[in-house]
Amino acid sequence: MDLFLQQTLAGLAIGGVYASVALAVVMIYQATDHFNFAQGEMAMFSTFVAWSLISYGLPYWVAFFLTVIISFAGGLAIERIIVRPVEKAPVLNQIIVFIGLLVIFNSVAGWIFEHTIKPFPSPFPEQPLFGNNYIGMHDTGVIGVTMIMLALVFVFVRHTPLGLAMRAAAQNPESAKLVGVRVGWMLAIGWGLAAAIGSVAGMMIAPVVFLEPNMMVGILLYGFAGALLGGVSSPGGAVIGGFMVGVLENLVGTYVPFVGNELKLTVALVLIVAVLLFKPAGLFGIVTVKRV
Amino acid sequence: MMLTKRALLAAVATVAAAGLAGTAAADKMYGPGVSDTEIKIGNTNPYSGPASAYGTIGKAIQAYFDKINAEGGINGRKLNFVTLDDGYSPPKTVEQVRKLVEKEEVAILFQNLGTPTNTAIHKYINAKKVPHLFVATGATKWGQPNKFPWTMGWQPNYQAEAKVYAKYILDNQPDAKIAVLYQNDDYGKDYLEGFRAGLGDKAGSMLVSELPYEVTDPTVDSQIVSMKNSGANVFFNITTPKFAAQAIRKAFDIGWKPLHFLNNVSSSVGSVLTPAGLEKSVGIITAQYQKDPTDPQWRDSQAYKDWNAWMDQYYPGGDKNDVSNAFGYSAAQTLEHVLRAAGDNLTRENLMKQAANIQDLELPMLLPGVLVNTSPTDFYPIEGMMLSRFDGKKWELFGDVIDPSKGS
Amino acid sequence: MAIARETDAAAIKIGGASVSRTRLLVLVAVAVLACVLPFLVSDYRTFQFTLALIYAIALLGLNILTGYNGQFSLGHGAFYAVGAYTAAVLMDQFEVAYYWTIPAAGLACFIAGFLFGFPALRLEGLYLALATFALAIATPQILKYDALEHWTGGVQGIVILKPDPPFGLPLSQDQWLYFFTLGVLAILFLCGWNLLRGRTGRAMMAIRDNPIAASALGVNTGLYKTLTFGVSALYTGVAGALGAIVIQFVAPDSFNLFLSVTLLVGLVVGGIASIPGAIFGGVFIVFIPNVAEEISKAAPWAIYGVFLILFMYVMPTGIWGAIRQAYAWLVRQRAA
Repeated sequence: MDLFLQQTLAGLAIGGVYASVALAVVMIYQATDHFNFAQGEMAMFSTFVAWSLISYGLPYWVAFFLTVIISFAGGLAIERIIVRPVEKAPVLNQIIVFIGLLVIFNSVAGWIFEHTIKPFPSPFPEQPLFGNNYIGMHDTGVIGVTMIMLALVFVFVRHTPLGLAMRAAAQNPESAKLVGVRVGWMLAIGWGLAAAIGSVAGMMIAPVVFLEPNMMVGILLYGFAGALLGGVSSPGGAVIGGFMVGVLENLVGTYVPFVGNELKLTVALVLIVAVLLFKPAGLFGIVTVKRV
Repeated sequence: MMLTKRALLAAVATVAAAGLAGTAAADKMYGPGVSDTEIKIGNTNPYSGPASAYGTIGKAIQAYFDKINAEGGINGRKLNFVTLDDGYSPPKTVEQVRKLVEKEEVAILFQNLGTPTNTAIHKYINAKKVPHLFVATGATKWGQPNKFPWTMGWQPNYQAEAKVYAKYILDNQPDAKIAVLYQNDDYGKDYLEGFRAGLGDKAGSMLVSELPYEVTDPTVDSQIVSMKNSGANVFFNITTPKFAAQAIRKAFDIGWKPLHFLNNVSSSVGSVLTPAGLEKSVGIITAQYQKDPTDPQWRDSQAYKDWNAWMDQYYPGGDKNDVSNAFGYSAAQTLEHVLRAAGDNLTRENLMKQAANIQDLELPMLLPGVLVNTSPTDFYPIEGMMLSRFDGKKWELFGDVIDPSKGS
Repeated sequence: MAIARETDAAAIKIGGASVSRTRLLVLVAVAVLACVLPFLVSDYRTFQFTLALIYAIALLGLNILTGYNGQFSLGHGAFYAVGAYTAAVLMDQFEVAYYWTIPAAGLACFIAGFLFGFPALRLEGLYLALATFALAIATPQILKYDALEHWTGGVQGIVILKPDPPFGLPLSQDQWLYFFTLGVLAILFLCGWNLLRGRTGRAMMAIRDNPIAASALGVNTGLYKTLTFGVSALYTGVAGALGAIVIQFVAPDSFNLFLSVTLLVGLVVGGIASIPGAIFGGVFIVFIPNVAEEISKAAPWAIYGVFLILFMYVMPTGIWGAIRQAYAWLVRQRAA
């Protein structure tokens, strides 16, 4: 197997991680119409919750689903209690509140759980897939879980009344209110869902990069880039975008002369921005027509 | 009887000292930040921001000073540790250190953390003539008594450590093809520079791959894959704990089995090798100067028991898996020695003089045979290191204490 | 974009001519206070106030772009870094006097900002946020890049010398730098005020409020947006250069992502689309983290985060917005 193939496979493996974060990012964007900068830190914190539950002796899957439920409730509570007062405030005010949440979660996690790295168990057996060493069972599992989440999200948003009400509340709150949608609660459920998806992403990521308070800082950036590359209006596009970022980053690092690993992130970001210049809504996004 | 005898001896010693110092009645000399009841010690640490993992060193030092104070202080003076957050941002360090020196009027600065942060205050603190003792960074530039007579390092410097590995490679593996993974900052580059210097004219032919990573990178998997493909049979791993664990695991998983050198920064059994997988870490070589509190071989030593008891009593929130807590403990003991040696002459000049005259100081949590030594021309307190190989459970020390400063 | 839309005209209308006189008085009082301040406090405090003034200049730059022109930037730390390194490299390698590095840094950043403004034209909202975010991430990496190490000092950064007061003025170095910074700030704020209340400023705000209508009215949207980016970068770059001189050191670690985030925080907390807001933002950036640290050493960021959220609850229009509201309320009370 040559280097190109190995780097591509390794890129796909980490791309699965970015894809799951990109999906969470797009989900909250669809459900609430804004980007939550604290999303990564919330996912990290959820993963610490799971880690604590497992440390108390709960079986993996019990801890897994408990964490998802706790995260959902936590996300809901954060929206109702902390975000609600700035619901109608300008975008920048909301961003400052998100930054506030980000530093709070990061700091509190460091304070409670300390900064030493924690191994986090994978639910998948530790063995190479089809005899290759570059993409293991866990990496494949991450991709599978991401796909399952994508399918669930799709079904929920497209085919359930609650999903429809949520989209309506996010995209046109005034009209939604007129037809009887409880906009505030829809936003809260959106936050809950995003936190739940984030917690799954966190639990899938932690076995790969090790659990510690700064686990998500870099990954959120890549997930964010993947989401925009694929298109924020398209969950499927965001997943593809995540994989593309993973592979692109590895290949740039390996093959672009002079730049190499030192500037690979810079080059990857420049490429993404370049793509966005030609496809401003992302590769798979829907172009919205602006009306005056 | 014992007590009186000791009191008598002490009295004699005091009189002798006073006589030597040539001071008539005043046997006490104080600089700024010192009084009959306290000594003020300043420090900056990253309690917030990207490097907040190191903040525990500041907290450990505080906990050790709490112990000293609970036991009556040093010569009756309590240690007042003023530690401020700089978030690992050099401009903030300048601001906070100016606060410590100009507003708090601390006697000395101790264990300020980080290379860029200390670089930002290097000139200022020497112009102000404030002892800048035992900085918590392994860069090589802290030991220049001619240019910066008020600044002193503490831990073995990165370049010296890298040279130990280079020498081992030259002696034992003349056909080495070496791959180096390093963090792209001053710490990583300092190691790399020392390593290159250690290999000498062999560096060009032996180094086949040098790949950096950024602290914001999620993983170093891609670099490990490339290194395996470079055909290297020796791997020098200059990484911080998270990336070290990732590198060890990935190398094992893709079946790359080089002779693996791991920098001391990440040699903890509990917080690096265990997460990476102990069976995946067998055969790794590192150079150590401290007892790793997570290494089972020290469990029964008195030094470990004392450290453990201190952690329980004075720093119960601290993580015993974190080697930084042993680091802070030993560093604080070094300062304790200096303050005791200074006696009642607590001027900045004398404190600096005492710090530059430590002879063969043994600290419990340093490896047996690794001693703290300084002189007016040697501002590198700890230089001895021992090579050790991981056997799957513990670090197996081999060979003698290597002291690069003494030539070899 | 729903950024605060108050204009200065509103304030004048409330109280009529008497307000402008009050305003003038306040302005004079502030100027006098600013001049005597360094003689009332220690050198260390003077240094802190100098830093606050420097951040205020950077924030005004960001405000011109975001507050008045409606373009997001999560990457203004990058321009701050370019300004700082321009000053440091000129002083270190070419032995240029420190005061000449200020216009040089401004020019370099104007060009950088202007050029960055072109791709930014095609990006809006989140996408612009990502592009500028990318800039903030890339900055420290480029500063460390091997090929540039000869100038930038690579990971080690550059140490520079602090200037002495000229003409034998009886001032300490800190006092002199304070006055130097205050002078630069006064000039830049005056220029900014002139720019924003004139034709250009109206065009910039028209683009923010309704780009399509603005271009229909004959405003060259593209040109104004790129120029605004350039001017904004110029301000921030000058601040960066002053920062380098005052701190006497530049290193990649000084200009990480968090600097850009801090600038954004200062912008919103001070008050969007207001010139005095920049000063309050600068004061916030320098002093509030210290307050947070006083409260908790264990988790200072948690306290800081709580402060941020509370600020947004209590003063949604920033500190300056709150002051204006309080003042308007007072005037109404008196009128009633």
